Amino acid sequence: MAEPAAAETSLSAAILVVGGGIAGMTAAIEASEVGKEVILVEKGPSLGGAVARINQYFPKLCPPYCGMEMNYRRLRNNPKVRILTLAEVENISGAAGSYKVQIRRNPRFINEKCTACGECAKVCEIERDNEYNWGMDKTKAVYLPHEMAYPMRYLVDPAIAGDERMKACVEACEYGAFELEQKPVTLTATVGSIIWATGWEPYDAGKLDTLGFGKLPNVINNVMMERLAAQNGPTEGKIVRPSDGGEISSIAFVQCAGSRDDNHLPYCSSVCCMVSMKQATYIRERYPEADVYIFYIDIRSPGRLEDFYQKMQADEKIHFLRGKVGKITDAGNGDVTLEAEDTLTGKLQKVTVNMAILATGMVPATAAAKPPVDVPLDEYGFMLADGNPGVIGTGTTVRPVEVAATVQDATGAALKGIIVAKGVN
Amino acid sequence: MDTKVGIYICSGCEIGQALDIEKLIEATNEECKPAICRTHPAYCSAEGLQQIRDDIKSDALNRVSVAACSQRQFTDLFAFGQDVLVDRCNLREHVAWSHKPQDEDEDTQVMAEDYIRMSNARLNTTEPPEPLIEEICKTVMVVGGGISGMNSALAAAAAGNDVLLVEKEDKLGGWAAKFKQVFPKHPPYHDLESSGWQELVQKVSENPKITVKTSTTIAKTSGQPGQFMVNLENGAGPEEHQVGSIVLATGWKPYDKSKLDYLGYGKSPNVVTNVELEQMVAADKLVRPSDSKPPESIAFIQCAGSRDEDHLPYCSAVCCRVSLKQAMYVREKYPDAKIYILYKDLRSPAQYERFYAHVQEDDALFMTKGEIAEVSVLAGDRLGVEVDETLLGEKIKIEADLLVLAAGMVPSTLVEDEVEAVAGEESTDDKADEGMLEDGKKEAAGAEKGANILNLTYRQGTDLPTLKYGFPDSHFICFPYETRRTGIYAAGCVRAPMDLATAASDAFGATLKAVQSIECTAQGKAVHPRAGDESYPDFFMQRCTQCKRCTEECPFGTLDEDDKGTPLLNPLRCRRCGICLGACPERIISFKDYNVNSFSQQIKSISMPDEFEEKPRILVFMCENDSYPALDMAGAHHLQHNAMVRVIPVRCIGAANTVAIGDALASGFDGIILFGCKRGDDYQCHFVRGSELAHTRMENVQEKLKQLVLEPERVKIHELEITDYHKLPQLLDDFLEEIEDMGPNPYKDM
Repeated sequence: MAEPAAAETSLSAAILVVGGGIAGMTAAIEASEVGKEVILVEKGPSLGGAVARINQYFPKLCPPYCGMEMNYRRLRNNPKVRILTLAEVENISGAAGSYKVQIRRNPRFINEKCTACGECAKVCEIERDNEYNWGMDKTKAVYLPHEMAYPMRYLVDPAIAGDERMKACVEACEYGAFELEQKPVTLTATVGSIIWATGWEPYDAGKLDTLGFGKLPNVINNVMMERLAAQNGPTEGKIVRPSDGGEISSIAFVQCAGSRDDNHLPYCSSVCCMVSMKQATYIRERYPEADVYIFYIDIRSPGRLEDFYQKMQADEKIHFLRGKVGKITDAGNGDVTLEAEDTLTGKLQKVTVNMAILATGMVPATAAAKPPVDVPLDEYGFMLADGNPGVIGTGTTVRPVEVAATVQDATGAALKGIIVAKGVN
Repeated sequence: MDTKVGIYICSGCEIGQALDIEKLIEATNEECKPAICRTHPAYCSAEGLQQIRDDIKSDALNRVSVAACSQRQFTDLFAFGQDVLVDRCNLREHVAWSHKPQDEDEDTQVMAEDYIRMSNARLNTTEPPEPLIEEICKTVMVVGGGISGMNSALAAAAAGNDVLLVEKEDKLGGWAAKFKQVFPKHPPYHDLESSGWQELVQKVSENPKITVKTSTTIAKTSGQPGQFMVNLENGAGPEEHQVGSIVLATGWKPYDKSKLDYLGYGKSPNVVTNVELEQMVAADKLVRPSDSKPPESIAFIQCAGSRDEDHLPYCSAVCCRVSLKQAMYVREKYPDAKIYILYKDLRSPAQYERFYAHVQEDDALFMTKGEIAEVSVLAGDRLGVEVDETLLGEKIKIEADLLVLAAGMVPSTLVEDEVEAVAGEESTDDKADEGMLEDGKKEAAGAEKGANILNLTYRQGTDLPTLKYGFPDSHFICFPYETRRTGIYAAGCVRAPMDLATAASDAFGATLKAVQSIECTAQGKAVHPRAGDESYPDFFMQRCTQCKRCTEECPFGTLDEDDKGTPLLNPLRCRRCGICLGACPERIISFKDYNVNSFSQQIKSISMPDEFEEKPRILVFMCENDSYPALDMAGAHHLQHNAMVRVIPVRCIGAANTVAIGDALASGFDGIILFGCKRGDDYQCHFVRGSELAHTRMENVQEKLKQLVLEPERVKIHELEITDYHKLPQLLDDFLEEIEDMGPNPYKDM
C-alpha cells in the first residue's frame, strides 16, 4: 500500500479524502482508477470504518468483509492512493482548486516493519477495552484492530505506550517494528478538492433515560448487536444475554430509539428498520423457537428492500407491533418489560422479553467534529450537499443512508472532486 | 522468452520454526532447478528486498517466487517492475501457521515443498501481461435528457470528455419539467423547491462539449468500450457516432394506471394518479375534473399498485413524499380543504422526516394508517374510501371530492407486457440454479422482447441485463454501479426508484464509472472488479469446436459469434474473470498470466504418494476474493487444517477449468474440492455467475467420474463466505475424512 514515510512532511494530490470508511475508501479508489492522485486520511488505525463492524449487510445478508477485500485489493498495489491512518485534519486554508491542509499523524508506535506475526501480543501482559467490539471485550495493549485490518499492522494503545511492561513486547519483535518514542507529526498537503466522509456515530442510547440502556444489562443497542452476531465479536457470534450469557427465547427491537423524536434526533435515521429486521434473522437463525418483537412507528424499507420486509412479515415468529416504546423496566431474572404506546390510538402494549435492542440512529460525525473549513451544516450537524463546491460531503456526512446509497453517493463525490481539482495531477 | 526463476524462502513469522529451510532449499534446487534459491529471515525487510533486487540485476531474473506470507500481504513491496513476474507462495498462513512443525509432522514439510513447486510451475507457465492499447474515443454518450441525463452530461463535460446526449422527446427536461416543485433539500426542510431543470437545460445547451440530439432514438449500438458505434435515428435521417462509454439515464414511467381500477381509476373522472395531479397543478387546474369545481376534500391513497404482490411488489420510494408535497399544493390553493392521506407506512427518510412533520402541522390534514378495503363512486361523483385494519381496529369510511392514487415507478427498461409478469414473480434458488446456464441463451432469444433502448448488437441480448422487476441495477451493495455490460452504466430512476436529488447524485456516480472506463480502456487496463489487470484472453481458434459455451457463459457479454458460432472476442469488454477459460472444453482460452496449462503444470508438480502410503492428495480450488482470504484468516488465527490439501488460487471459481479437474482425477488425486462464493438470488460472486456456473459444471465432472467408475463424491463444491474462516479448516478436514472412507483413487499408480 502507498503509505507516506514517517519523514515526509509535504504531500500533494488532486483530492484529499477525509475518512477511511466505505464512503471515503470508495471515493478515493474510484478517483484513483480514473488516474487521479488521492490522499486518504483516516483517524483510526485501519480503513473500514463502520462497515468493518457490521456482521452482515441487508438485504443480502452477506459479509461486508467480502466487499472490503475487493476494495483492499484495489488499494494494495495502487500507488495513486496514499493512505494515512491515525491521522486527522487540523487545518484547511485556500479555496476550491487549491487547498493547503495540515494533517496530524498520531503515533502508532509500530512501524512498517511489522509483519502482523502477533508475537508481541502473545507476550503482552496489559489489556485494554476493545473499542472495535464497543468495549464488550478486551484486547492486548498491542493489538491488531481486527483480522481484516488495513493496513494489516499492529498498534499500541497510546495510553499504555509508556508502560514499563511494554518492554517484553519490544523484545518479542524480531523485526524492529516497535517505536514507543514516536510523537505526533504534522504534515502539509496541497490538494485541489476535499471529500469529507467522516461518517456517523450511533446516538448515545444513555440519553434515552426511560429505556434502561446502561442500567439494565440486557438492554443493548443495534451496533452492539452486530458485534454479538459476528464471529470476531466478543462472543464469537453467539448471541447471548450480556447479564448471564443465557440463551434467548424472546427478544424485542425498539425502533426509532431516539430517531424521529424532537427531544433527540428529529430526523429519521433511514436504516434502522432494515437493520432490526436483519438482526431478527440473526436471532431466527440461532434460535428457531425464539419470538422476535419489533416495535415500530412506520416500517421503512424503500425500493426493493420491501422484499425483505415482506419476507419478515411472512415469518410467524417475527411480530410487528406498532407503537413507540416509552419505557423499559426490569422484569426480574434479567428479563425486561417494554411498554409501548400507539401514537395514534393511545393503546398501551406490554411485552416481557429476555433482551431488548434499541435501534438507535445515526449522528453525523461532523456534529461533534466540524470540518475546519467554511462548510454549512444543518442543525443536526449534517453537511449540506451544495454548501461549498470545493469541500464535498458524502455518505452519512450528508444524510443518514445505508451502505449501497453511501457507495453510490461517494462514487459521485469522486467525480465532483475530480472536476473541482481539474488541472491538479 | 526463457524463464529465469529466483525462489526466495522466507524464514520469518514462524516459517523457519515450522519447516526445515535447508532441506526445503535442497529439494527446491533439485526439483525446480531455479537460477537462484535463497532464504532470509524477513524478505519484507529492506535488506531482504535488496537481496532480491540485487539478484534480479546480477542474474537477469525474470521470475521471482516469494515463498513467505500470503499474496495479500506486502503486495506493493514484492513488485519488481513490469519485466519480472512475481508469484507468491503462501508458506506462512497456509502452511506454517496452520500446521504442526515438520519435526512433529513430516507432511508439513512435504506440503511446503509442493507449494514451492506449484509456485515455480505457475512462473514457468505464465508471462507478464502486455496491455492491449487501442485507439479509443473518449466521448461519453448519455441516453436520456432528464435530471439524471443532464447532470451526467454536464459532469462528463466538466471532467473533460465530449458528450453525446440522446433524448427521445423533442426537448430536454424529463419528468422534472412536468413537476411544479420538488421536496425540500435545504434546512429547515419545510419549503418546496424548484428542481432547477431550466437552468440545467440552459447549461447543457450552452456547453460546447455537449452535442444534444433530441427526438432521437438509438437504432443500434455495436462495438466495445472505447469503440462503441451508435446508429441514431431522428427526423434528419440516420447518423453514426463513435463513443467511448455510455450512461443509461432513461428514467421511469408511471405504473399502468388502467390496472388501478380496483382503486376506482377509470370509474370516475375524479380519481386521478399522482402524475396527473402534478399535471393539473402545473396547468393551474387543480379542480374536480367532473365539474371543474374546487374540491372540498381530497384523499390520497398511498402504495397504489406498489408494495402489492398483484402489482409492483417493491416500494417506489418517493410516493409518500410526493403526496406530502401535493398536500402542500392543495393547501396553498384551498386553505380550508380537508386532506386525507391513507397509508400503510409513511416513508419519509432522513431529513425528509422534518418535511413530514411540517406537513403534519396542518390541522385539516388527516393521516390514516390502514389497508384500503374498497373505493366506491358516490352520488355527485364523490368518492367513498373504506379503510380496514386501521389502528383503531375498526373500518372507517372517508368521502372525498377528489381521489389521488399515489402510483409507483416502473423502469423505462421494462416493456409493458412484462409489468404483469413482474407481479408475483418469485425466484427461488432452484429456479436461479436452472436459470443461470440458460441465461445467456434466454437473453439472446429475448432480443426482440427487450425495451429496445440501446439495441446492442451483443450476442447475449440488446439491452442491459436487468435484475428483479426490470431494473438494470447492480446486485452489489458495495459496488452499486456494476453492470454486466462493460462501459455501460445506469443512472437515476432506471436503476432503482429514487427522488430527483438522488437521481442527480446518481448521475455523477454513473458518469464517474463511464469516464473511468474510458481512462482504463485507454491504458489497456480492466475495470472493476479486476481493476488495473492488463491481461486479456487469447483464443487458439484452430481448435475451437463452436460449442458456444464461452459466448453463452461470459457474464459480461464479451463474446459475439459469427454465423458458424465461432466466438468473436471483443477484448475491451472483457473483465478478465476467466470464466470463459473455465468453460472451454477444448482448453483453447488462455491469459498470458493465467491459463489451463498453468493449472495442469501446478497439478503435475504436486507430489503423489502411492496408494500404500495412505496419504491422500486433495486438490483445492479457491476463489481469490473470498475463500483464499478466509484460509489466510484461519491461518492468522492458527486454526489447523490437514496437510493433504493443496490449494490452487483461481480468479473466480468459475475460472477453474473442468477438463483440468477431470484430468487431475484421472491422474490419481483422491479428491477435489472447490470453494466459491454464494450463488442463487443473493449471489455474492463478483463475476455474477462464476459460482453458479461452477456448480453446474461440477455436475458434468461428476458424470465424467461415473465414466471413470469413480465415486462422484470425490468432487465437491462449496459455497464459502469470507467470514466463514473459522469453518474452513473443518470443511477441509471433513472432506479428507470422506475421501479416506472411500479409499485411494484407483487411478493413482496408472
